[in-house]
Amino acid sequence: MTLRTILLGGIAAAALAPMAQAERGEDGQVGIIYWQAPSIMNPYLSGGTKDLEAASLVLEPLARYDETGAMVPWLVDEVPTVENGGVSEDLTSITWTLTEGLVWSDGSPVTSEDIKFSWEYCTAEGGGCAQIEKYGGIESIETPDELTAVVNFRNPKPFPYTAFVGAQSPILQKAQFADCLGPKAPECTEQNFNPVGTGPFVVTDFRPNDVITLEANENYRDPEKPAFASVVFKGGGDATAAGRAVLETGEFDYAWNLQLAPDVLANMESAGKGQIVSGFGTLVERIMVNQTDPSSDLGDRRATLDHPHPFLTDKAVRQALSMAIDRELLVEIGYGDAGRATCNVLPAPEVYASTANDDCKMQDVEGAKALLEEAGWTDTNGNGVRDKDGVELSMLFQTSTNAVRQDFQALIKQWWSEIGVEAELRNVDSSVFFGGDPGSPDTFQKFFADVEMYANNFDGTDPEAYMSNWHCDQIPKPENQWQGNNMPRFCNEEYNALVDEMQQTGELEKRAELAKAMNDMLMQEYVIIPLVDRGRVSAHSNSLGGVILNTWDSELWNVADWHRKDTN
Amino acid sequence: MTDPKPENPQPKTPAPTPLGALSDPQPVAPPRSQWRDVWDQFKHHRGALAGGILFLLIIAVVYLGPLVWTIDATYIDIRARNQGPNWAHPFGTDQLGRDTLARMMAGGQVSIAVGLTAMLLALGLGSQNGVLAGFYRRIDWPLMRLTDLFLSLPLLPLLLVMVLLFRQALNTTFGPEKGIFILIVFAIGVTSWMPTARVVRGDVLALKEREFVLAARSIGTTNFNLITRHVLPNVLSPIMVSATLGIANAIITESALSFLGLGFPPDFPTWGRLLNDATVYLQDYPERVFWPGVAISMTVLSVNYLGDGLRDALDPRIRGR
Amino acid sequence: MLTYTIRRLVLSVPTLLFIALVIFLLLELAPGDPMAQVPLTVPPEVKAQMREALGLGEPTHIRFGKWLWQFFVVEPMVLTDHVFGTELAADKQRVISWQTRSPVMDIVVQRMPQTIWVVAMAYVVGVLIALPIGIYSAYRQYSMFDQVGTFITMVGYSVPPFFSGVLVIVIFSVQLGWLPSIYDTTHRVVDWNTFVTQLKQMVMPVMVLALQTTAQISRFMRASMLDNLNQDYVRTARAKGLSEQIVVMVHVLRNSMIPVVTVIALGVPQIFGGAIITEQIFKVNGLGQLLITAIQANDLPMVQTVTFMLAVLIVLFNIIADLLYGLLDPRIRYD
Repeated sequence: MTLRTILLGGIAAAALAPMAQAERGEDGQVGIIYWQAPSIMNPYLSGGTKDLEAASLVLEPLARYDETGAMVPWLVDEVPTVENGGVSEDLTSITWTLTEGLVWSDGSPVTSEDIKFSWEYCTAEGGGCAQIEKYGGIESIETPDELTAVVNFRNPKPFPYTAFVGAQSPILQKAQFADCLGPKAPECTEQNFNPVGTGPFVVTDFRPNDVITLEANENYRDPEKPAFASVVFKGGGDATAAGRAVLETGEFDYAWNLQLAPDVLANMESAGKGQIVSGFGTLVERIMVNQTDPSSDLGDRRATLDHPHPFLTDKAVRQALSMAIDRELLVEIGYGDAGRATCNVLPAPEVYASTANDDCKMQDVEGAKALLEEAGWTDTNGNGVRDKDGVELSMLFQTSTNAVRQDFQALIKQWWSEIGVEAELRNVDSSVFFGGDPGSPDTFQKFFADVEMYANNFDGTDPEAYMSNWHCDQIPKPENQWQGNNMPRFCNEEYNALVDEMQQTGELEKRAELAKAMNDMLMQEYVIIPLVDRGRVSAHSNSLGGVILNTWDSELWNVADWHRKDTN
Repeated sequence: MTDPKPENPQPKTPAPTPLGALSDPQPVAPPRSQWRDVWDQFKHHRGALAGGILFLLIIAVVYLGPLVWTIDATYIDIRARNQGPNWAHPFGTDQLGRDTLARMMAGGQVSIAVGLTAMLLALGLGSQNGVLAGFYRRIDWPLMRLTDLFLSLPLLPLLLVMVLLFRQALNTTFGPEKGIFILIVFAIGVTSWMPTARVVRGDVLALKEREFVLAARSIGTTNFNLITRHVLPNVLSPIMVSATLGIANAIITESALSFLGLGFPPDFPTWGRLLNDATVYLQDYPERVFWPGVAISMTVLSVNYLGDGLRDALDPRIRGR
Repeated sequence: MLTYTIRRLVLSVPTLLFIALVIFLLLELAPGDPMAQVPLTVPPEVKAQMREALGLGEPTHIRFGKWLWQFFVVEPMVLTDHVFGTELAADKQRVISWQTRSPVMDIVVQRMPQTIWVVAMAYVVGVLIALPIGIYSAYRQYSMFDQVGTFITMVGYSVPPFFSGVLVIVIFSVQLGWLPSIYDTTHRVVDWNTFVTQLKQMVMPVMVLALQTTAQISRFMRASMLDNLNQDYVRTARAKGLSEQIVVMVHVLRNSMIPVVTVIALGVPQIFGGAIITEQIFKVNGLGQLLITAIQANDLPMVQTVTFMLAVLIVLFNIIADLLYGLLDPRIRYD
């Protein structure tokens, strides 16, 4: 008995030994390269992914998502739920309790005042906070004691985990940002470049759009972490060069978002200096089908509901367009292991993913032809393009400039030409395409084309806001300066009703059912043609341990656990 | 001094006879035209001849080649992707299985057409502004400040604005392909004439103080004749250099424009775009960058030698040596 | 000459103001949106509020006026404060970048070292190689040296940096592993070893850039020398018994410099405009990368400020070129 205890103890000690020996800063420097360079360390003032992720080295939220999309407590001991009493029964308040003994990197304690302040900071008038949506519906925040913050909502909030959860809404230190509210926010350069945080690292030198150097946070809550004493966070260049620096020359340890042709990536990996990691989130490359007529003859009212599209309002045509596409081949050409053919615009998390539309994974050119034939679209004038009543199936297909997208365009154009649909291709610089400048005719909101392709996803795991994108109210039109997310201009009363219902529903199963129903409706109407469920691809050197790619939160979410390992 | 001289009522003195003729005996053969001399000199210039033949060859291949090699440049044969050179595809295929030879020929037509016309436009604008600014003091200041302005404008926003303003109008007037061609040539032309203008102006400033200009003026040569007969031939060499550099520039700039989405549709091949697309595959399929790289270099080299020969042929001091 | 210089300098002020206005209007007119890089998950209303916070709601003339004030009054004050320790600009709003929410001039100053190390160095190297090549090629026209020189420079010029840059990286960084593919902007030169490191990291971008400069300038040099070598005064000088060296290096060279001076003067401001593609490829992150990222992000204050500073240099160097013409050829008179 005693012997056994001793033996067990010995085994346990042996297992724990390497952990116990771990010491902060013993592994020297780690190099991270992002081909888009961060310009600011304050995620509230820039929504760019690059800035969010850089900031996540320093600033942390109360809870975040792990690699499976599950919520994990971060600066709190447990995630509040209705079951544990953290969320009130009527869903109008949520109570967060900070872990005891947390300190900022300057040594001062983290309090509930800081939580409250973060909300005030983002919602202050004239501050232009990028994450204000996360704080939507909050009426007040009470701080009954140092560690407790009670968030009160105006209306019942079925999913209360938007504020203070995920890399988008971290906690700022009140003492540091108190003078930076509202219009003064941009003037606080020092604060925005060098925020005081609770994360494993502290900024020592911030060079906007170039390089950030950080060192281990002396006051980090786990005395053994981080293993690295310093971080060099380099930005700029392009994905190819970033991949090369990690996989081929070994100059850096971690490269972010390597959207490269699969054979190029595989070749880089074969140099043997590093490996590729990938994970799937909710990002779907899709084709939007315009339900309105974009013809320039219509003047100011082009691409509005006043003028329905001459042929894309015919469901048979839309369905044929979808059937003609070989999604598996697109994946093979463009994304390799980092992509999956998908038939849903809402591909994840698991509970929301519908299986009702999976037929689309099989390309069916003959079926598409038959469908068009049946709907009366035939090539009457022998020019290779189908027509009906003098309307030719001839379209303008636009997307942003990106090598993979241009390859997709060329392939899809050919498939469509096989079923007798002609497409003219156009690519637009992404800063124009994704910009909302109402003066430019080439934005994706204006959609002065017949079909357009791009990718979109949603933050976190809750699709409520995402699925409400296709509500009638979201249609971009001149009256709202072309701002809105309903690019196909899909307008269906039934769909609107589902959106409204989801906003009132709390139970997860019921919400999942509603989301699936909305997804299926969009898919079976073929106003959105999903192509590829795109994963995130990153790469790390063989000597970097502890990397867990997370697509639901910042990729650098567990940087405190990263360490150097022997490569032999 | 720059005032135009009143037109001489009497018929002008005959064109100046060649210098050597003053002391020479009466010529036995009938007088040869100037252009005949130029041609004679030109065809004895080995570099120029080689350049000319190479250039004609490139043009013949890209324009007549598609009659023989009939594969469509945009046809995708996905099963044949990423092939090296073989009998079915002598130059190999790209990542979508499109035939590289067909794409090189189709791309060459566009690149050469854009390169030549844009270069000529830039050269025309540049030489005209340069000569006028150098020759007439009164318009020197405004013209040179215009040059400063154009040099200062940020290129990318300028191009975006041009596309915004003119694409629709040009598309409706000339049709999509011609419209974009005109737009690209215009965009490259108006953004690259400034160096030529400055260089030409500098030379003209020095030239117009030379004795032969004074002499020509003293015999009542009009300003127009002064410029075309005395000034222009003497600034030909910097213009020729600008031409050769300009054609390379135009071909590369075109690819940058298309890449930004300001140029031809994305499936429309051009040499610059082929080179750009292939750069990613440099390690995996090095032959893919080879063809467009060689094609652009050869075109530029041939134009360069052509220009050299032409310059020598037009220089009466070298001619006949 | 002095009056001419002063007059030119004075007249350049309205010119520059006009250029500033044209640049501003051009940027206004250009399509684009500072919110383009914000993810699609951020709702449109929020983006509208963010634009408002950047001051985009104000009319154009007010924003232009503000920029003029900030650039011409506040920024010099900041400089004085910095140099003399005064407090003139304590509470004044500086030109603030939209991307980084920090003063544009600070970032420009931060970018200077790598721009000078790489881009300016490449220019100097390029010019220094180009001049002898141009002179000797012309002097020995159609010799082997001339033919090889022509071939290399023309091929070098035809091959754009987006390709040649990647090519040298693949050869020297990936295959041979001799040189770093990523430029470290935080590197400080303090002793011999750090100097060697600096040399190693700058050699590839410098060479890629210098190739373009060399090609361009040597062609102009060669052409201009050729024009002059056959002139009568050269024959006269030789007939006088002057040594060949003096004839070529003094008489011919001086007369051939006008187009070359123009091209060199045109190129100097471009140094500070940076080398966009080359900087991107080697991650030098100098002024060129600053400008292009600002353009892509539609960071109007940054683009306006950087392009305007370039305009100042362009105007200045054109004046310098004009003055040099007068020195090279005293027959050129401006008054």
